Amino acid sequence: MSLALVSLVPYETLANALGANELAQALQARGVDVVRTGSFGLSWLEPMLVLDGIAYGPVADLDDLESVRLGPLDELSALASQRRLVFDRCGRRHPLDYDPEWILQQLRREPREIIEEVKKSGLRGRGGAGFPAHIKWQTVFDTPSAQKYIVVNADEGDSGTFADRLIMEGDPFRLIEGMLLSGHATGATKGVVYLRSEYPVAAEVFERALVKARELGLLHDFDIELFVGAGAYICGEETSLLESLEGKRGEVRAKPPVPAVAGLFGCPTLVHNVITLCSVPAILDLGGTAYAQLGVGKSTGTMCFQLAGNIARGGLIELPFGLSMRELIEDWGGGTRSGRPLGAVQVGGPLGAYLFEHQLDTPLTYEDMAKLGAGIGHGGLVVFDDSVDLIEQAHYAFAFCAHESCGKCTPCRIGAVRGKEAVESMMTGEYTQEHLEVIADLCDVMEHASLCQMGGMTPIPVRSALGLK
Amino acid sequence: MRDIDSIRQIAASCVGMVGAPITALRKIVQEHRYIENADIRVVADVFNLSLADVRGIVSFYSDLRTTPRGRKHIRICQAEACQSVGARKLTSEVSEALGIELGETHGDGNVSLEAVYCLGLCASGPSATLNDRILVHASKEDLLA
Repeated sequence: MSLALVSLVPYETLANALGANELAQALQARGVDVVRTGSFGLSWLEPMLVLDGIAYGPVADLDDLESVRLGPLDELSALASQRRLVFDRCGRRHPLDYDPEWILQQLRREPREIIEEVKKSGLRGRGGAGFPAHIKWQTVFDTPSAQKYIVVNADEGDSGTFADRLIMEGDPFRLIEGMLLSGHATGATKGVVYLRSEYPVAAEVFERALVKARELGLLHDFDIELFVGAGAYICGEETSLLESLEGKRGEVRAKPPVPAVAGLFGCPTLVHNVITLCSVPAILDLGGTAYAQLGVGKSTGTMCFQLAGNIARGGLIELPFGLSMRELIEDWGGGTRSGRPLGAVQVGGPLGAYLFEHQLDTPLTYEDMAKLGAGIGHGGLVVFDDSVDLIEQAHYAFAFCAHESCGKCTPCRIGAVRGKEAVESMMTGEYTQEHLEVIADLCDVMEHASLCQMGGMTPIPVRSALGLK
Repeated sequence: MRDIDSIRQIAASCVGMVGAPITALRKIVQEHRYIENADIRVVADVFNLSLADVRGIVSFYSDLRTTPRGRKHIRICQAEACQSVGARKLTSEVSEALGIELGETHGDGNVSLEAVYCLGLCASGPSATLNDRILVHASKEDLLA
């Protein structure tokens, strides 16, 4: 970067809500060139400004930058101590500033070779289920069909998660790269991104990126279409999402067949979360084996953790798997925003477990979290201080399930309503053993008999909040 | 009164897209604030669906509203990350001040209050929207201004 005054200011939903647009205008009024970038994801520093390599944030007043001076961007420990593979470009450049050379080179590789690298990498789904990615890729590759699809799940409805939004707003070409690579490897010629309607900025940036990708000639053999949802959490479930893309109510499908065999319009479909596909470019860049050396055991590579809720320094942190919840919440996040002791942390969205102080030293890996009866989900951690009312949280878990259930299967549709009523009885004072037994029974039925994870995993937050086995 | 031809045009512009009927209905809400009965007939006709199919879609997705929102439309996030920083208290204060519950529109059509489940601003809650503006660290004063 030259010494002429060039500034980076994010164009990102959170930064904009905190005044980034006004900051950019004020800089331009002073004759400073402004590049609107993605966000680095350091929520507590937004709106952040990088002026000739020096970072400032949160910037409230251009005449008083010194008081919010963070130092040279490259030495900023909150960034330098991360291992950014998915987010390496995000925040450093305009989202549409893209050189296609690397991807064009990669697309000349043999499909089998790409799948082999994904296999060696040990990549698992980042959306919540943690399923080994290469098995899906191989299945789509092996299933003969005139038409195959790549479907990206950007219906990021879990509270405490925003990684999909950040990458789509800040580096949409990372996702396009992942889609092109997976399309090339599996033989799919059409990709669809299912984006939730609560993310209008992501939709705007991604649409512009698609125009640019067409101009660059990247979408000749593989086309990409953006679909914006219409407000339904359940459409984050892959079969519900596929129904929705077919223009129907988002009612879940029974599996099998899995989408890799019969997905969108009955064709073999690779369904992945945004971050899963965005991890693929780094895998091909480093090599699958080198990628697999990051992380711990079968939790390989980097995870984009998101610190949220009652947290002093929240935001996105991309690191290899293996650090503990305590390190993330205390060292990275600085503890609660309120300054009160931690009460609980919910890991992995509304279907994730409530965990407590004595469990915080558990490493955030698929395997270690499973031992606690919890999951890592989409990597979101929602911190509560000690004012949390766990009965209220159990009530919310049922109420949310009742609100968002697609209604197709009985355990979820009825179980959530009955569970909510039982917790309501407890909240009005009659906290009896009998209520707990009803709730425990409902949880068993929902867990084992629901068609999908909405009903099947609602027992996780309920049981953990109420201390049920 | 809305022009039925304009509804047909919106629907026709979506033919061939994935999830086309949903996109058509979403665009009708964007242009005309809500979906009327007559619109459902047009969408059914354009996409060769039954009225029941289209009504089923409309009732499934929360964005596909069939009543107009208030001129001032407030949505407050009710999800966990915002709960942990006071969204419940904020909601009840705003609800009390406006005299309407979540999901209601004030009788004069001036203001409506709705729940939203996550805006992806989870480290800066409570988050809310006021018409098209997004608010973080939202306060009662911000929302009632």
